[in-house]
Amino acid sequence: MTLALVLAATLAVACVVVVALPFLREPDPESDELDQLDDEERRQLELRETRDRALAALKELEFDHRTGTVSDEDYRAQVGPLRREVAASLQALDPEAGKGPPPAARN
Amino acid sequence: MPELGRAALLVTLGLTLYAFVGGAAAAHLGRRRLARSAQNALVAAFVSTAVAAAVLLSALLRNDFSFEYVARTTSRALPTAYTISAFWGGQEGSLLLWLLVLTGFGAAAVSLNRSWARDLIVWVVPVFGAIASFFAFLVVAVASPFATQAPPLDGAGMNPSLQNPYMLAHPPLLYLGYVGLGVPFAFAMGALLSARLDERWLIATRRWTLFAWAALGIGQLLGSHWAYVEVGWGGYYAWDPVENAALMPWLAATAFLHSVMIQEKRGMLKVWNVLLVIIAFSLSLFGTFLTRSGVVNSIHSFTQSSIGPWFLAFIAVVVTLSVALVLWRLPLLRSPTRLESPVSREAAFLYNNLLLLALCLAILWGVVYPLLSEAVRGESVVLGRSYYDFFLRAFGLPLLLLMGIGPLIAWRRASLRSLATTFRWPTAFAVATGVVLLFLGAGSSIPGLVAYTFSAFVLATIVMEFARGTRARKALGATSWPGAFSSLVSRNRRRYGGYVVHAAIVLLAIGVAGSSAFDSVADAKLARGDSMRVGDYTLVYRSLDERSGPNATEIRATLDVKRGDRDLGTIRAGKNAYTIEQQVSNEVGIRSDRLTGEDLFVIAEQIDPNGTVYFRVFVKPLVNLIWLAGLVFLLGSVITLWPDRREQRRLATRTTEVGLPATR
Repeated sequence: MTLALVLAATLAVACVVVVALPFLREPDPESDELDQLDDEERRQLELRETRDRALAALKELEFDHRTGTVSDEDYRAQVGPLRREVAASLQALDPEAGKGPPPAARN
Repeated sequence: MPELGRAALLVTLGLTLYAFVGGAAAAHLGRRRLARSAQNALVAAFVSTAVAAAVLLSALLRNDFSFEYVARTTSRALPTAYTISAFWGGQEGSLLLWLLVLTGFGAAAVSLNRSWARDLIVWVVPVFGAIASFFAFLVVAVASPFATQAPPLDGAGMNPSLQNPYMLAHPPLLYLGYVGLGVPFAFAMGALLSARLDERWLIATRRWTLFAWAALGIGQLLGSHWAYVEVGWGGYYAWDPVENAALMPWLAATAFLHSVMIQEKRGMLKVWNVLLVIIAFSLSLFGTFLTRSGVVNSIHSFTQSSIGPWFLAFIAVVVTLSVALVLWRLPLLRSPTRLESPVSREAAFLYNNLLLLALCLAILWGVVYPLLSEAVRGESVVLGRSYYDFFLRAFGLPLLLLMGIGPLIAWRRASLRSLATTFRWPTAFAVATGVVLLFLGAGSSIPGLVAYTFSAFVLATIVMEFARGTRARKALGATSWPGAFSSLVSRNRRRYGGYVVHAAIVLLAIGVAGSSAFDSVADAKLARGDSMRVGDYTLVYRSLDERSGPNATEIRATLDVKRGDRDLGTIRAGKNAYTIEQQVSNEVGIRSDRLTGEDLFVIAEQIDPNGTVYFRVFVKPLVNLIWLAGLVFLLGSVITLWPDRREQRRLATRTTEVGLPATR
């Protein structure tokens, strides 16, 4: 009983210390503000998601065409819009970079 | 040391409440140290719950019957392995396991993602805290595993049907699945609360969802095998409410795993995906409620308890609040793109989703109907096997076909001419298979024949995809065919691991169709020397013997087995009479043919004092493909779960470009 209570008290104290650690380590910080993404950073993250999605779609189309899953006819119908999508996403990220020809997807 | 266990759970409750309230305050007020402190509370909650679990495990292993739980679920004669499995064999222990896994998963998921998704994580922590607080409250105040009593000389023992090696793995795997679905739920809610509905919550939870889904799937197959060899009624799935309870969240998670690809590839179905996560997690809570509340009659429900109302209230709160959150964030969930064509891969995935969800809802209706009918008419009406079988055929067969169609259609749109070319060979193979099977007599069951034909179609598409992909990789510079194959799989683990899982589902479908649509059954009361026939088999009842096992008296009838003129040896079936538990179990005899996958399955239904035995005998063609499907499913799951370095590099590039830490 006594040992159990001692162990329980030790556990409780250890847990309190772990929880209080951020306050013990920085009792008086310069800023306690949460480090959040600002609107521009969020927009940049979304633009990169769009870019990666478009590049992945182009890459998959190229590979599916190579395997024969996508026919020549379907490939021709889709590759143009997808390349334009990639170029648009790159241009949105860097207006200068987007002026060149759209890149071919690498496998 | 029950005091230590109780104190540890109290500490857990305090910590999870702090993670919930403190975490929510930190996220709302934007306080960095408080947010970090709430995350630490989640980790500490796992440690204190682990201490409580260690106390219970120690009490079980020491046969400390001063713990009510230990006395109720074990006995001195119980083998050690089953004594350990008693941890999750009873209600209080299984709730403690839920809490242990939940706090462990929560702490791990938060720690792994807090650097690169910090603005999302601050809202994920209070969600985990809220869920864990509920379970901590249950084990502290409603169903404590640490209640004590004056110790009896021996415990009541374990239900005989739970004394099976499968019970060492089946329940923990189901719990890993149920609780694992809490991770995508917590991240989805965190994303909604923080309004950070970019891809990060999907990326952070993708492997957790896959892991939970795989654990649920394998857990169910192990449970089916347990029912097959232990329960002794001649089947492996009885559409029992508790079995359905595990199947429903698995179906919802399967739908999510498919539809999430549409969001990742096309930015579509954001609302649908969040709803599927909510449905999957709510159904996992519902499954735990069904298993543990004793509210429905089930061969798997071993307890009657008072936790039902608490669970129902919690499920109601979870569903209400999460749907309200979705409605609140609806403007942010609008997709920038639309479905371009009804003939496209995303459309096929969408049809798959609708069928999966329809099957899930049909099963849910079957599960709750007895409860509703009792509440409305005062009479519990149970929907039988024919109800479920009808919907399995109506939704399951098209699902099987879609498994073959989906991978062969292009994203965005596919022309009909292209489809005709692509599907030419798989269709020819499937039709040829169907015709051959028809001539071999498979037409006795039309759904079975259709299942086989569709299975042939799907298998052909899978083989074709692997062959074409390997050939393309070889053409792109792979030095050898094995190298090309390895490169193909490692470059797109999700796609090709998914095909392996599809192959597992096909094996499962063939096994289920064979063993249920084309099985034979016969029963007879035999005296020694009598014989009976079933299918091509002849069985001769030779002898009956009895011996004392470690905790039961084992009675076995021995039968000689012949197929045609060929002697196949003997098979033994009988009963175990458990002394302490005062229960009798069927111990079936199974003879498997490894070449054909067929089982001869013998039940000694009734053993008379004069030695005559009433036998029921089944011949189950292809049933072993179901268990083989489990191994293939495991292989496919491991391939999809294996870390993908290319993807990690791509994510690292994306996050460092924005100024977030590169590592997760």
